[in-house]
Amino acid sequence: MDTFSSLMDGFGHALTPTNLLFAAIGVLLGTAIGVLPGIGPAMALALLLPVTYAFDPTGAFIMFAGIYFGGMFGGSTTSILLNTPGESAAVVAAIEGNPMARSGRGPQALAAAAIGHFVGGMIGTILLVLLAPLVAGLAVGIGAPDYFAVMVLAFVAVTSVLGSSRVRGFASLAIGLAIGLVGLDPLTGSQRLTFGIPQLADGIDVVIVAVGIFAVGEALWVAAHLRRTEQEVIPVGQPWLGSDDLRRTWKPWLRGPLIGFPFGAIPAGGAEIPTFLSYVLERRLSRRRDEFGKGAIEGVAGPESASSASSAGTLTAMLTIGLPTTATAAVMLAAFQQFGIQPGPLLFQRESQLVWTLIASLFIGLVLLLVLNLPLAPVWAKLLRIPRPYLYAGILFFACVGAYAVSGQPVDLIVLLVIGVIGFFMRRYGLPVLPAVLGVILGPDAELQLRRALQIADGDWLTLVSTPLAVIVYLAILVLLLVPIARKFVKRPEKEREPADH
Amino acid sequence: MVTRTEPERAAPKRGARAWTAIVAAIAALLLIPPLIGSLSGGTDGTQLRGLRFLVPNAPGGGYDITARTAAKAMEDSGVSGSIEVFNLPGAGGTVGLGRTVNESGNDRLVMSMGLGVVGSVYTNDSPATLADVTPIARLTQESEIVVVGKDSQFKTIDQLIAAWKANPGGVPVGGGSSPGGPDHLAPMLFAKAAGIEPKAVNYIPYDGGGELLAAVLGNKVAFGTSGISEYRDQIEAGELRVLAVTAPERVEGIDAPTLKESGVDMEFTNWRGIVAPPGLDANQTRELVDAFVALHDTPEWKEALERNGWTDAFLPADRFGTFLAAENDRVAKILRELGLA
Repeated sequence: MDTFSSLMDGFGHALTPTNLLFAAIGVLLGTAIGVLPGIGPAMALALLLPVTYAFDPTGAFIMFAGIYFGGMFGGSTTSILLNTPGESAAVVAAIEGNPMARSGRGPQALAAAAIGHFVGGMIGTILLVLLAPLVAGLAVGIGAPDYFAVMVLAFVAVTSVLGSSRVRGFASLAIGLAIGLVGLDPLTGSQRLTFGIPQLADGIDVVIVAVGIFAVGEALWVAAHLRRTEQEVIPVGQPWLGSDDLRRTWKPWLRGPLIGFPFGAIPAGGAEIPTFLSYVLERRLSRRRDEFGKGAIEGVAGPESASSASSAGTLTAMLTIGLPTTATAAVMLAAFQQFGIQPGPLLFQRESQLVWTLIASLFIGLVLLLVLNLPLAPVWAKLLRIPRPYLYAGILFFACVGAYAVSGQPVDLIVLLVIGVIGFFMRRYGLPVLPAVLGVILGPDAELQLRRALQIADGDWLTLVSTPLAVIVYLAILVLLLVPIARKFVKRPEKEREPADH
Repeated sequence: MVTRTEPERAAPKRGARAWTAIVAAIAALLLIPPLIGSLSGGTDGTQLRGLRFLVPNAPGGGYDITARTAAKAMEDSGVSGSIEVFNLPGAGGTVGLGRTVNESGNDRLVMSMGLGVVGSVYTNDSPATLADVTPIARLTQESEIVVVGKDSQFKTIDQLIAAWKANPGGVPVGGGSSPGGPDHLAPMLFAKAAGIEPKAVNYIPYDGGGELLAAVLGNKVAFGTSGISEYRDQIEAGELRVLAVTAPERVEGIDAPTLKESGVDMEFTNWRGIVAPPGLDANQTRELVDAFVALHDTPEWKEALERNGWTDAFLPADRFGTFLAAENDRVAKILRELGLA
């Protein structure tokens, strides 16, 4: 096949000064948009659509691709430094990245995230080049029963991040699931927990929940304790990744795309679930499991790599079958249509030059982003040296801007504060915050897929195990559940002997 | 102690300066493109000035693209000065509708809307209704299609109707809109006209045309109902087979009969239009209507229709009002039958 020569041809077209400029503008804008919570790449692209109409399509799409990847890069910056995720895919980065930043390893966390995005994006884009036709065929074969099985897997995996106390973990998960219920029932259209407020009918945006629980909750918590605790000075470590860090991160960087790419390519995948699965996987595989929750660099590297790879997967599905799997891809699809180009099965034949130039520009954009973000890491990290009252005032300001930007409704600010207060009390009573955010993301999806599967099968429960993929996933879940139990049985005799000796 | 205070003091200053610079940079990046956009309007004295365009769904959605395209054509052709397009999404468009109704007497605000908002008023139990607003113009319409994947067992619409009648529950119908939206109303009206109880229809909502496409291509649903423009390419590539179109006439480039030809007495199109707040006097209304009549005649708008694959369906003021009332009754009736209104 002449894939390689087409790609080289694409590089030839992408490496013109004008197109490089578009790529640079795209990555800069994308990074800025990613940093601000609430303003996601989808909204940015939609607002830029009328402006780009005057450009030629190639330039416009190179810029859009830059914004898309740039948003992913930028989203993790505020997650790590300020515990305020800029995008829902960057929630996981806050879990390990923020403790790292607070112990003076901010630059390392940011670098691990940036390189993770770079590696994930590169591998994802290479997979896009190699697997595009294959992925397109497989993606449409995946139905509601398969999705539900994957959701169950995600829930089971979540229980391992419930924290030290199972009861508190499940309580937190329940809070998240309840928040996820708010809005119109997706199948029947009846209202749930909306209290007659029309703005709640579309549900509560995950970004608002994440920013509320992480950032506002944290700010309230700090405010409640600031007077009594000594102001610790955040130590400034070395600005670069050490060889020990590299030894710990290269495997997560490479594993991330294996989870992220397939999820991006399937219709109901997106970037959130693979980042969580990658986090859980790294936690299980790590030899320093005790460091997780306190700033383990693997927990930043893996998920960030997965999130970028999922973006590449999303583009694969959009270019090859015209299937937008995320909101951003849907806007890009609209953009293609504005230029009179219809992504789908005929795109690679009809607009071959445009497509390969776009793919080449993805590689160029990733290099630009790495060049932009790596040197910035130590600079960003200096933000944390702002005294805490000012720092948290700034965080609250950005949290509110972000929540308001999601849809421009004052009601969202009230929701943000209410969730912030919930976040405060969760900290007060030692509830881990991660399961709550997971509940908001996974709960509605799992419900929708389960009900959709049953509805399609006209109420037959056996449909849930009717596809090979679903069966494989359930078997994997069984193994996950049985292994710890089996291990306990094997180990118990030894442990029982020990006290007997004494 | 003394040596310690100095770096501690210096650090915040440096940090604060970097902070300001970052904020300024981000603000500049985000604000400059819209500013350039808003400065490019014409300056003719006779044109409409200070018009604001409310979009009741999120950026990138159908009403959004309609509004932004219309606004740009009005600015470029000099029909209007610069127009501010803003989004107020929520509850299927009824949050925006509520705002429009509240702006009673404001003759410088218009809202883009369509059939979806008619249904949402009922499913969301909205206190503001379309009877309250001032209809300005219907702009475009689009036929819905009854579509299956290329491997589907259904080759003709008659086969599908026979199988559907025999076992409505076993023929899941997919659509890209939530209950009350166009893709939901189309199969319900279709079923009713074909003699199937709408309540028995097994409708499965997907999150937009993209997710529905995967379900139809993968034969996860027996058939799908969707707008035509989203799927033209897949139809041309032979991945999708159109069994029928819901418009009163056949659609150019689509090799499929109308439902009417197939013996189902039903016609249905998804349309989009413009409404304004209530409480406008005749002069104020005429000024807005005239602006959209002028828009309809501009080459910019004609070109935009072609580019987006929209069918022109212009209906000004009162005629749009009559149409809107008829659509409202039809939607209300079917949703009441389904227990949704």
